[in-house]
Amino acid sequence: MLDRKIPLVEMNDISISFGGIHAVENASIDLYPGEVVGLLGHNGAGKSTLIKILSGAYKRDTGTIRINGEEATINNPRDAKAYGIETIYQTLAVADNVDAAANLFLGRELTTALGTLDDAAMESKAREVMGRLNPSFRRFKEPVKALSGGQRQSVAIARAILFNARILIMDEPTAALGPQETAQVGDLIKQLKSEGIGIFLISHDIHDVFDLADRVCVMKNGKVVGTARTKDVTKDEVLAMIIVGKVPAGATPGPGALSEHRPVG
Amino acid sequence: MSEQNVLLRATHPSQGAQNPLKRFLAATELDTRLLGMVGALIFIWVGFNIFSGGLFLTPRNLWNLSVQTASVAVMVTGMVLVIVARNIDLSVGSILGLVAMVMGVFQTDILPVQLGLGFGHPAVWVLALGVGLLMGVGIGAMQGLIIAYLKVPAFIVTLGGYLVWRGAAWWVTAGRTVAPLDSRFQLMGGGPSGAIGAFWSWVVAVIICLGILAMLYLGRRQRRRFNFPLRPVWAEIALGVIGCGIAILAIAIANSYPWPIRIAENFAEAHGIPVPEGGLFISHGVAVPVLLALAVAVTMTFIATRTRFGRYVFAMGGNPEAAELAGINTRWVTVKIFMLMGALCAIAAAISSARLNAATNALGTLDELYVIAAAVIGGTSLSGGVGTIAGAVLGAVVMQSLQSGMVLMGLDSPLQSIVVGLVLVFAVWLDTLYRRNKV
Repeated sequence: MLDRKIPLVEMNDISISFGGIHAVENASIDLYPGEVVGLLGHNGAGKSTLIKILSGAYKRDTGTIRINGEEATINNPRDAKAYGIETIYQTLAVADNVDAAANLFLGRELTTALGTLDDAAMESKAREVMGRLNPSFRRFKEPVKALSGGQRQSVAIARAILFNARILIMDEPTAALGPQETAQVGDLIKQLKSEGIGIFLISHDIHDVFDLADRVCVMKNGKVVGTARTKDVTKDEVLAMIIVGKVPAGATPGPGALSEHRPVG
Repeated sequence: MSEQNVLLRATHPSQGAQNPLKRFLAATELDTRLLGMVGALIFIWVGFNIFSGGLFLTPRNLWNLSVQTASVAVMVTGMVLVIVARNIDLSVGSILGLVAMVMGVFQTDILPVQLGLGFGHPAVWVLALGVGLLMGVGIGAMQGLIIAYLKVPAFIVTLGGYLVWRGAAWWVTAGRTVAPLDSRFQLMGGGPSGAIGAFWSWVVAVIICLGILAMLYLGRRQRRRFNFPLRPVWAEIALGVIGCGIAILAIAIANSYPWPIRIAENFAEAHGIPVPEGGLFISHGVAVPVLLALAVAVTMTFIATRTRFGRYVFAMGGNPEAAELAGINTRWVTVKIFMLMGALCAIAAAISSARLNAATNALGTLDELYVIAAAVIGGTSLSGGVGTIAGAVLGAVVMQSLQSGMVLMGLDSPLQSIVVGLVLVFAVWLDTLYRRNKV
């Protein structure tokens, strides 16, 4: 059913290297509207790098990116945002010294008729969005530095969904959170999915993403090992993909798949 | 405002505070750090007044202090943004020297002689200042481009600039001092004719007071519009009274400093005014350079807090990576910061050279260090992201107060340097303690 639609995102044969080291090699990945794709792999497998190419933080060496079937030019974060791609980084990427509203609107501030910052309007909108996401959030006047990990996370998420994102990238979204906050993020992902937003979930921990994702894509040493629908594979099979690169029957192998004729040793 | 209304809105944080001082601070939302600096400044002033035998807190000294602070105060407003964005500018003193030199040559030679405007032409000072501003912005842009796009550290680029522009200043006239300057240009330096007199000073006082009241009113209206907690009415009134009171007091002091007797007599003679018994009392009023510095400080505060550019500068300082990922063109913002710094150097150059009535190639020597010290004493964090224009200007006043106070006390100049150096380190240590306790 999904196959008949045009993918929201289609990254083909993406490669990037840093100083001779291939961080990502010939990786291809796609995402459909209303779909959650889990991008899995060890630390250093290249998943964050691949996704930073989509969000404009890195510039690819080769390969193409298509958004809604049309070739997209993404050279910096501004370009990515123009395509409706919003990213929540592992490091959260919030400016610690300014308040929540300033962070939510960073780079896209609301201004008055005179072109000056409309802080009151921004704070008002911030209160509205944060009220939906995290009703207990009260500390609007304080620099983000003073907030807890979960609160900072909700600021980062609020920023991503504030501007009608169509494609959401979440890099280890629950790494800094407690169980209750993790559950909240899970609910939020389901809600956004039902609104037709496509979501990439990046994690090195399969348990974080397996239940939320429609498909998983596993990377190892900069290459895609394989892609599978979560209902066609088990957690153990996915783990085997992550650890040794062995592709189960239910998955589509990629260039990084362990070849049976050529055992790695 | 009625009690009911208070309950409808989110409560103001001052509702919870117990002791009266805390409640006052919470209700007025005053910056405690800034208040601490004001306290330190008053302490320094009173101390010097006692040790100099009552010479410090006189209209004459305070007026001179204000004029002497103006040049550094103008530059420090830009240095705050430079440092907040995690850069540094070591070249401001040299840029000041070069720009002053070029403006000097323009108003004494190029404009009146080579372009034939003639000496004393009313457009000379504007054109000279315009050339200076263009040059300052150009130098700033050049340094900013190298820092932002070629990725050479600001410390190195501006250290190079420190040498280059100082050398260039010498080259303009092969070291010859340019003097005297255009008579209108000179007004930017202060002095009896470079002050606006009692009447216009009171006009300035009224404008400042109206500005304070308008800001309080508009701020309150804005909060009401979005249903944010309001300050208690008594706190708003207190802020208005304190703000207007300080403005009126400052103007009154400036107005109580009369022209020197000889100059007043000459003026009376020239205008046919009879000189009364005990001499003619003509007020200086606020000096033009001080007005310039005030206007710059207000404008820069506006830029830092109410514009996108200002917001980006602070966001970049707090987390450069986050700012970049948020889609801010951080490189271009960096270039703009240095362009602004260059323009401010040009204004400071006009003030300094006008005050001296000469452009020398040593003008502005060591100013970069005073400007950086003033910014840091004023609470600008060298690790970036933190700083206010008002604090930095206060820092400049503190620095200048220390220097002129020690001159009044008759301290040797090596000892003066030692004291300023120690105070700088001490002030930053205090600030570190304050911040550690706060977070």
